[in-house]
Amino acid sequence: MPVKNKKLNLKDKYQYLTRDMAWEPSYQKKEDIFPNESFEGIKITDWSQWEDPFRLTMDAYWKYQAEKEKKLYAIFDAFAQNNGHQNISDARYVNALKLFLTGVSPLEHAAFQGYARVGRDFSGAGARVACQMQAIDELRHSQTQQHAMSHYNKHFNGLHDAAHMHDRVWFLSVPKSFFDDARTAGPFEFLTAISFSFEYVLTNLLFVPFMSGAAYNGDMATVTFGFSAQSDEARHMTLGLEVIKFILEQHEDNVPIVQRWIDKWFWRGFRLLSLVGMMMDYMLPNRVMSWAEAWEVYYEQNGGALFKDLERYGIRPPKYQDVANDAKNHVSHQAWATFYQYGHATNFHTWMPEKDELDWLSQKYPETFDKYYRPRFEYWAKEHAEGRRFYNNTLPQLCQVCQIPTIFTEKDDPTVLSHRQIVHEGERYHFCSDGCCDIFKDEPEKYVQAWLPVHQIYQGNCEGGDVETVVSKYYHINIGEDNFEYIGSPDHKRWLSIKGKQSDDKESGSSQDAA
Amino acid sequence: MSVNALYDYKFEPRDKVENFHGMQLLYVYWPHHLMYCSPFAFLVAPDMTFGAMIEEVLKPAVSAHPDAAKADFLGATWQLNGESFIPDANATLKDSGIDHKSMLTVTTKGLDGIAGTAS
Repeated sequence: MPVKNKKLNLKDKYQYLTRDMAWEPSYQKKEDIFPNESFEGIKITDWSQWEDPFRLTMDAYWKYQAEKEKKLYAIFDAFAQNNGHQNISDARYVNALKLFLTGVSPLEHAAFQGYARVGRDFSGAGARVACQMQAIDELRHSQTQQHAMSHYNKHFNGLHDAAHMHDRVWFLSVPKSFFDDARTAGPFEFLTAISFSFEYVLTNLLFVPFMSGAAYNGDMATVTFGFSAQSDEARHMTLGLEVIKFILEQHEDNVPIVQRWIDKWFWRGFRLLSLVGMMMDYMLPNRVMSWAEAWEVYYEQNGGALFKDLERYGIRPPKYQDVANDAKNHVSHQAWATFYQYGHATNFHTWMPEKDELDWLSQKYPETFDKYYRPRFEYWAKEHAEGRRFYNNTLPQLCQVCQIPTIFTEKDDPTVLSHRQIVHEGERYHFCSDGCCDIFKDEPEKYVQAWLPVHQIYQGNCEGGDVETVVSKYYHINIGEDNFEYIGSPDHKRWLSIKGKQSDDKESGSSQDAA
Repeated sequence: MSVNALYDYKFEPRDKVENFHGMQLLYVYWPHHLMYCSPFAFLVAPDMTFGAMIEEVLKPAVSAHPDAAKADFLGATWQLNGESFIPDANATLKDSGIDHKSMLTVTTKGLDGIAGTAS
């Protein structure tokens, strides 16, 4: 029999390849097939109300992604063949990549695992398909990021064992525990945490700084990855907004549950982004914008409009948003000061800003930098110049929830730490803030198990009692190569020799680079 | 509140004192000296005296600070877990009521960090 129309139209194809993949069970109960759908208390009355954020089917998905991939890898090859690493602004920039590769790329992989799992948990086929596609996106991002940066691994230190470090190194427990927290939650909380709070509300604060930072600093490999991920990110953001609106429209009982998740995940995301703030203000030789400016545009303005829009569902802006907004003038300096003093235990180098960089910070942070931070940094620079580069040789107290050292200060008094402490079932717990303390009080059973790197070292679980052994044996950080001060490091020396050679070889070429 | 889960969700705290092989954790915060980014986390013996803790643990930790030489820690104002506390140099930490994961705050009046910026 002749087939009348071999090609399905888009609408039919979409229907066949998504919603029609589902069926009504006849001999098993629906709640047995989807056992994780209801325990969080979220009530879904009608899955058919789910609006698919992107009318994308699997066959089209593979086709688009394959095309993007082909172009991406052609550029990676060209970058490697042309020794693209020699054209970056300064080798200090590579330290931002070391942070990205150990801190962010493994999160893409964790997101892949998370979406793959929740894609199984929903009884609504539309949501399952969207999660499945995002899972594959995240896996691809994790892989392409590693490939984008692998060229740097041939020429700079500290990039050699990112996955291992992610599981062990003290500051990497911050991003790791963030995603572990989300992945061990129920499926609706996972989507609120990652799709909404992270991908929709905060993702621009991660992606724009890193990708514009790459562009401003001549890192074409990473910029190209950014472009190739952009259309995926747009899809993820749309899913984030759809998820939240769908849950809120389904039942009014969902509103307080979602509000609590938004409060929690806004705060956790904000704390995690301290690392990005410090990268923007301190690790980019050519600066894009200050962290405070980024926070104003991407959170205060965009986030403000979003939460205004969500008001009609009964959702208010996240708790402690005022604290976060105020902290935009502090966190990057506090984080960099922390990494500077623990620079013997990091896989990247740290340094004090040069004079023009300090002036830039003074200008971007007129209320806070000169008053609270510049004297400290100038003191450290002076100490270093006199042969006493400052390192803190004692381990820091960590927050039980975000796992960052308790370095943050009070909103009303930046000279005092916003430390909080409680006793729960006879044990003492310490926190960096009310935000983290509240998260603990909501779900103490979850955070009493926190694997706090400092405490693990002191319990003897990290292959040694002294920092040097832990750093080299347990973290796989090569002492004297990956860690310590940038000035005088092997990376620094290599960069000087690259630049020296280049100006000898082709003088006309280097003036073009500068333009 | 507690965790919403499909089963009885209960775990032992990971940092109970038994896991520290006879030692305990002690945090010390020296306000207005934010050159040290956070309170220190020390591993100490419960039968160490308070005086020994100052001499052998705290002083080496803060020695790089320009205020360190001027600080009279024993004569300073102390708090233990947020409550006012009068130290006895000869008493052990345990007998001073300093238990596992306690935090001491020591305020040295008149010392306000690098250039008076609380650094």
